[in-house]
Amino acid sequence: MSGFFDIPSDLQHSWTGLIGLHMREALLPVAAGLLLALPLAQLCGRFRWLYPPVLGVTTVLYAIPSLAFFVVLIDYTGQTELTVMIPLALYSLVVLVPAIVDGVRSVPDETLAAATAMGFGPVRRYLQVQLPIAAPAIIAGLRVATASSISLVSVGALIGNQGALGNLLAAAQKYDRPELAVNAVVTMAVLAILCDALLVLLRILVTPWMPRGTRPRPAARREEISPEGAVR
Amino acid sequence: MIRFDSVTKRYPDGTVAVDRLSLEIPDRSITVLVGPSGCGKTTTLRMINRMVEPTEGTILLDGEDSRKQPVTTLRRSMGYVIQNAGLFQHRTIVDNIATVPRMLGWGKQRARERAAELMERVGLDTSLAKRYPYQLSGGQQQRVGVARALAADPPVLLMDEPFSAVDPVVRKGLQDELLRIQDELGKTIVFVTHDIDEAIKLGTMVAVLREGGRLAQYAPPAELLSGPADGFVEDFLGADRGIRRLSFFPSTALELTTDAVVPADAPAARIAAVEAPYLLVTGPDGRPLGWAERDALTAGDVPAERLLPYGRPFVPGTDSLRVALDCAVLSPTGWAVAVDDDGRVTGVVSQQTIGEAIRAAHTAGRADGEKVAG
Repeated sequence: MSGFFDIPSDLQHSWTGLIGLHMREALLPVAAGLLLALPLAQLCGRFRWLYPPVLGVTTVLYAIPSLAFFVVLIDYTGQTELTVMIPLALYSLVVLVPAIVDGVRSVPDETLAAATAMGFGPVRRYLQVQLPIAAPAIIAGLRVATASSISLVSVGALIGNQGALGNLLAAAQKYDRPELAVNAVVTMAVLAILCDALLVLLRILVTPWMPRGTRPRPAARREEISPEGAVR
Repeated sequence: MIRFDSVTKRYPDGTVAVDRLSLEIPDRSITVLVGPSGCGKTTTLRMINRMVEPTEGTILLDGEDSRKQPVTTLRRSMGYVIQNAGLFQHRTIVDNIATVPRMLGWGKQRARERAAELMERVGLDTSLAKRYPYQLSGGQQQRVGVARALAADPPVLLMDEPFSAVDPVVRKGLQDELLRIQDELGKTIVFVTHDIDEAIKLGTMVAVLREGGRLAQYAPPAELLSGPADGFVEDFLGADRGIRRLSFFPSTALELTTDAVVPADAPAARIAAVEAPYLLVTGPDGRPLGWAERDALTAGDVPAERLLPYGRPFVPGTDSLRVALDCAVLSPTGWAVAVDDDGRVTGVVSQQTIGEAIRAAHTAGRADGEKVAG
C-alpha cells in the first residue's frame, strides 16, 4: 500500500525534494526576469518611444504557449531544467516590465522635479526616488509572476520529467494512483499561496509610507490568471 | 544678484517660451514672476537652476555665468519649492527635510537636528517628524516643502506656484509665514504665481510676463498698480487696482478726532458738548462698545443692545489706508474706529478725512515719481 507522500522511485526525489526542485525551477526564472526587467523598464522610461514596441514584442512572447516554447528550446538546451526556466523567465519579464514602467511613471511630476531641483542625478533619482515609490507596483507584478511561474513549472513534465511536482501528474496516470495528482495540485497551490503571502508581507515591510487600507493599483494587465494557466 | 541677460528659450518645435528676457533680481528680497498660463514664468524660474537650459543669452549669478559651475552644485545652492510640495512620499518628514544636507555630506545626527530646527521655523510641530507625507494636510506638506528648501541654508530660494493648490485660508497663512521667514532670513526669493494678488502681497519687485514669454512690466507693486505700462498689464491687474493700491499707503497720517468718543459713564455735559451726530461709546477698559445717536444719549445711558455696531477697527500705523477705508465703509455711521495694539480706542475718522488722505498720498506719490523721473 502506497501512501499519499510515497513518491514512485523513478522520479528520483522525495516529496520534499520535489518541492525544493519545484521552487528552484519556479523562482529562479522570476528572479532572472526581475533582473532583466529593471534595466529594460529603465530604458522604456527614459526613451518613451521604446515602450510601445517592447510591450508589443513581450505580449506576443506571452501569447506563445509554454509547451511550444519548450519544444523549440529542446533543440538548443536539451531536456534540462534550463529549457523550463527560460520561458518562465520570459513570462516573468513580460509581467514585470509593464509593472515597473507603470510604477515608475506613477511617481508624481512634482516629486521628480523636486528631486532634480535638489541636485539628484538621474541614477540617484531612479534608485532613491522612483524605484522605492514604484515598489508596491513592482511587488504586485512579482506576485503575478510568481504564482504563474509556480503553476507553469508543471508543464515541464512533458519534456523529459522536468516538471518537478508536475511529474506527479504523469506518475498518477502511469501508476494509476490518483492521490499523487491530488498531492501535486494541493502542494503547488499551497506553495503559490505561501509565496504570495510572503510577497504581501514584504510589501507591508517596505512601504510603511503607504496610507493604511489602500492597495497598490493592479500592477499588470495580466493580473488575471486563467484556470488553464497550467496547461499553457 | 541674479541677472538675466537677453535670455531666450526656444523649444525644438519652434515654440518660444521666453523671449529675450532681461531682468535684474535684487538680493535679499522677493521677486515675483506673474502672468497668465503659457507666459513662460515657470520656464524662467527653471532656467535659474538650469532645470531648463536657455537657448540664447546668459544668466549671471553675482556676475558669474551660471553654466560655469557643475549643475548639481548649482542646484544644491538653491532651495526649490514646488506646487503640491513634491515631497518624497516614501520618506518621513524629517528625512524629507534633511535630503539636501545629507547629500552635501552632513552627518545623520546633524541633518536631523537641522530638520527639527527648520520644522519649528516654518511653524510645524516637531512631533510630526516621524510621520509620512500622507499623514499631513496640504498646508502642512507645503510647510515641509519650504523647510526642505531651506535645509542647507541656500542664499537663493526658487518657489514655483507653491501655494496655489491649497485653500484660500491656508494660503493666506502660508503667505504671512513666508513674509515672516523672509524678515528673519533675508533670502533672495524668486516666486512664480499666476495670482496677481499674491504677487502684490509678497513681491518687493513684480515682473509681469505675457504670452510668448515677453516681459510686460517690471516694477514694485505700488508702481505697478498706479502706472500699468499698457492695456495688458492693466487688464491683468483687474478692476479694483485703485483700491488695492491703497494697501501701500500707511494710515499713520490720518487725523483722528476724539471729540465724538465718550465713555459709557460720561456726564451729560460732556455729551451735550459733542457736535457730531453720532458718538462712539467706549467701555471702562477703553474698548469700543458701539455707536449711539447723540440725541438718544443725552437722555442718559443707552442700553448696549441699542448701540449700533462699529464694524471693525483699524490700527493706525500698522494697517494701511485700504484697511482704514474698509473700516469706514463697513461702519454704519461712515466713521472708522482707530484703536491701539491693545484694542483701546484712540480716535475716530470719517470717510471724508480718509478721502482727503488718499488724495494727499496720491499727490505725494506723483511728486516722488517726478523726482525720480527728473
